[in-house]
Amino acid sequence: MATHSTFKSLRLDGVGRDFGTMNALKDLSLEIKRGEFIALLGPSGCGKSTALNCIAGLLPTTRGSIFLDDRRIDTLPTEDRGFGMVFQSYALFPHMTVRANIGFGLKMQGVPKTEAEPRIDRAIKTVRLESQAHKLPGQLSGGQQQRVAIARAIAVDPPLVLMDEPLSNLDAKLRLEMRQEIRRIHQSLGCITIYVTHDQDEALSLADRIVVLRDGMIRQVGTPEDLYARPAHLDVAEFMGFRNRITGRVLSRDGTSVQLSVGGTTMDGVLQETAPGDTAVAAIRPDDMVPVASDAHGIDATVEAIEYRGRDFFGQARSSTGDELFFRSETRVVPGETLRLGAEPARVLVYAGE
Amino acid sequence: MSTAVLDTPSAAPATPATMRSVGSRLWIIAVWTTMIFFIVNLFGIIAAVVTSSFATRWLRSWLPQGWTTKWYFSAWAEFQLTEVLVVTFQIVGAVVLLSGLIGVPAAYALARREFPGKKALMLLFLLPLLVPPVTFGIPLATVLYQSGLGGTMWGVILANLVPTVPFVILVMIPFIEQIDPRVEAAARVFGAGTLRMFVHVLLPLLMPGILAALLLVLVRTIAMFELTFLTAGPTSQTLVVALYYAVFAAGVRAVQSIDAMAVVYMVTTLIWLVIALRFVNPTQMVTRAKRPSH
Amino acid sequence: MTGHALPLRSRLAAKGLDGVTLMAVPAAIFLIALFIYPFGYGLWLSFKPKDGGWFLANYVKFFSDPFLYDTIYTTLALAFPVTIVNLLFAVPVAFRVRLMKHQRLLTTILVLPITLGTVLVAEGMLNYFGPQGWFIRTLVSTGLFSPGQIKLVNNYWGVFISLVITGFPFTFLLTLSYVSGIDPALEQAAATLGARSAARFRHIFLPLLMPGLAITFCLSFVQAYSVLPSAVLLGAPAGPTRVISIAAYQAAFEQYDRPMASAIAMIMGFVQFAVVVAALSLRNLFYRGPAAGAKG
Repeated sequence: MATHSTFKSLRLDGVGRDFGTMNALKDLSLEIKRGEFIALLGPSGCGKSTALNCIAGLLPTTRGSIFLDDRRIDTLPTEDRGFGMVFQSYALFPHMTVRANIGFGLKMQGVPKTEAEPRIDRAIKTVRLESQAHKLPGQLSGGQQQRVAIARAIAVDPPLVLMDEPLSNLDAKLRLEMRQEIRRIHQSLGCITIYVTHDQDEALSLADRIVVLRDGMIRQVGTPEDLYARPAHLDVAEFMGFRNRITGRVLSRDGTSVQLSVGGTTMDGVLQETAPGDTAVAAIRPDDMVPVASDAHGIDATVEAIEYRGRDFFGQARSSTGDELFFRSETRVVPGETLRLGAEPARVLVYAGE
Repeated sequence: MSTAVLDTPSAAPATPATMRSVGSRLWIIAVWTTMIFFIVNLFGIIAAVVTSSFATRWLRSWLPQGWTTKWYFSAWAEFQLTEVLVVTFQIVGAVVLLSGLIGVPAAYALARREFPGKKALMLLFLLPLLVPPVTFGIPLATVLYQSGLGGTMWGVILANLVPTVPFVILVMIPFIEQIDPRVEAAARVFGAGTLRMFVHVLLPLLMPGILAALLLVLVRTIAMFELTFLTAGPTSQTLVVALYYAVFAAGVRAVQSIDAMAVVYMVTTLIWLVIALRFVNPTQMVTRAKRPSH
Repeated sequence: MTGHALPLRSRLAAKGLDGVTLMAVPAAIFLIALFIYPFGYGLWLSFKPKDGGWFLANYVKFFSDPFLYDTIYTTLALAFPVTIVNLLFAVPVAFRVRLMKHQRLLTTILVLPITLGTVLVAEGMLNYFGPQGWFIRTLVSTGLFSPGQIKLVNNYWGVFISLVITGFPFTFLLTLSYVSGIDPALEQAAATLGARSAARFRHIFLPLLMPGLAITFCLSFVQAYSVLPSAVLLGAPAGPTRVISIAAYQAAFEQYDRPMASAIAMIMGFVQFAVVVAALSLRNLFYRGPAAGAKG
């Protein structure tokens, strides 16, 4: 088998996959450079796992092609691609010791024992499992099993490591810990990592670039900073934590600044799409939505619930137009109280209305 | 793409992977051909019985010379099928009822409690299903004959209960285990006594499992040959034993008449099988435990 | 918690013995009375020969009379090949069927011969595989065989085929349930690590399946070993297919020699037990644990 140590990039070219008449994945095109950590992010059913399985060869593609540099790989069976994969359920071989699990890939590649042993040792060391090497997977904790799964995937020195929601079976504390581990391991390897998740925090903290998928299509590709600050679509914005959506009528427009009329009041924001219609939707994070003076620009709302969060209060309110709003407040407000809620215009993202 | 990957024809199929090689295609074809050959012959066997039962005369030819239903009337009279059927359903009914009454509470105890000796008890309930009926049937028949129950209907019922009680227990244990014990605790908190809790809370929840288990018992008891054969007397024969004696004494009666009786037996079994399959998965007929469905 | 301060009832309840546990008592009594006791009684009876004499006289008689001891060989010569044939077919078919979406139709068809039972299959086979039956007719019409050249009933092969027809579905359904108990992600993981289908079978499936196959082997063997009706109806019960259960039946119901019948039943049980123990101790050489991937 050829070594992949000198490869430069992975290219997906119009990759698609149908299940019967359903398009699970439409026209996925993407170029990934060596060393990049890519997160495929989206809600369940968005096609992210389908995309991963197509790259791994576990699902045949219906359309398109996949290249590793100039070598076409989508026609190869899984076992000839030489990628590492970490499964959601870990899929450790229960009848083999940790060491045998990690060495399985090398054994299948026919790597001689004298060469395989030090590589297995290195992989075990990378995931810090030296003391567990002779146990069976069933004797390990969830976090340790996770490490074995990663070590098994990286032991063969793959050009590409695929991870399918690897942290979803761990508890919150362990998840944070493993996140750092995964980032560290990725940096020490210098391969491509493609990481599937539905958790935007995970994607934001791990990835160099995030690919947001929805209904089998790419909605946005960008750095975590890009996505966090400037979601390209309303649905991406919602996914990135812009929980407040306020529909209004466009009053005026100057460059990217827009003024919306919402009910009887006015809101200022930044336009994200080039051509808004008459109506537009403003998206605001709860943390940016705060009570403002009653003559300031904003929207009137009645407080429905309030909870104390330590440093400040987190509230839920109903606007005069009937929208449900989430906001932050530094002082205690009481349910039933009427407030004007507003936000910095730069924090109000305006998208074309539906 | 340089070379096609040639799979060795092992028993492992290709993963849902991209390409199938010639080798694995041949392998798949071989597996299906064998399977179809098996099924064709199986249906051939069943069809031969049905065809023969409607045949006027069927010798040295592919199909009978003519068709008739008269064998059913003669079989009904010759083999006294009314009596046999009545006896069969009395025995089967009693076996179903008693194995439910004895088995379900035991399954409940085993599913809900940990106690010393539980493993030994489980072994006791497993053995009658692992030891084949002929092996324990002969000593069992000896004991039943010594106690005067041999040859009677109660003897047959008791003998048939030996594998069906454990069967009900083993089918019901996983079913009871998946019911949240807090439901019962809640019922007790609201003041329901053991009996009322059982009748109003547990029984409705367990009903689907009990129904499935008892239907399987029913089908198995109709078809249970060995135990009934070893313990039945002339007046306590079930249909399958009567059929055995008829086939054994072939030559005494017309083949078509025996086949007509075989069809009656087949129809009786299949009606219940069809009903049972509405509630259970066919694999449960042999594996006894519910497995997670995919 | 101090023991003596609590009433007996609470102490028993703490060990798991309370009203609920008592619900298992009727079933336990029933099986002790009708399963354990008859076995014990049969064993005792087998040491009390009908015509008096030494307590092992029945066993000596069995092992000195070829008409009796040959039945062990006859039975094994049927049960072993049948079980192995059934397993050899069941494993690959189960591996294909596990990938099927509509398994239910196939499993329903296969449950038919199990449900209908050996007696009906025997009667059907007498018609279908008989000298004038459809099967032989088809073979003759291919021109490869002449009439009377092959005989498939009233001999060894009749019993063999009938044991395959009722035994294969049983073996297959058991195997299928073991095969589908293996997490498909394990195979996918092995594939991503470069294992081809043969290697996946050898390194992943076979070791995980071995314990299940050992149990399947035992259950299928024990069924084939205790064949009675088809050996009588489809075989040559006086000669080549005089299996051990026929010998036991004849001793009990034709010669009315119950001690001898019990002795034969005990020998039969012992041979089965020996085979099962051998198969299960082979199983211990393999990994035994959940085959659903290592979780928790």
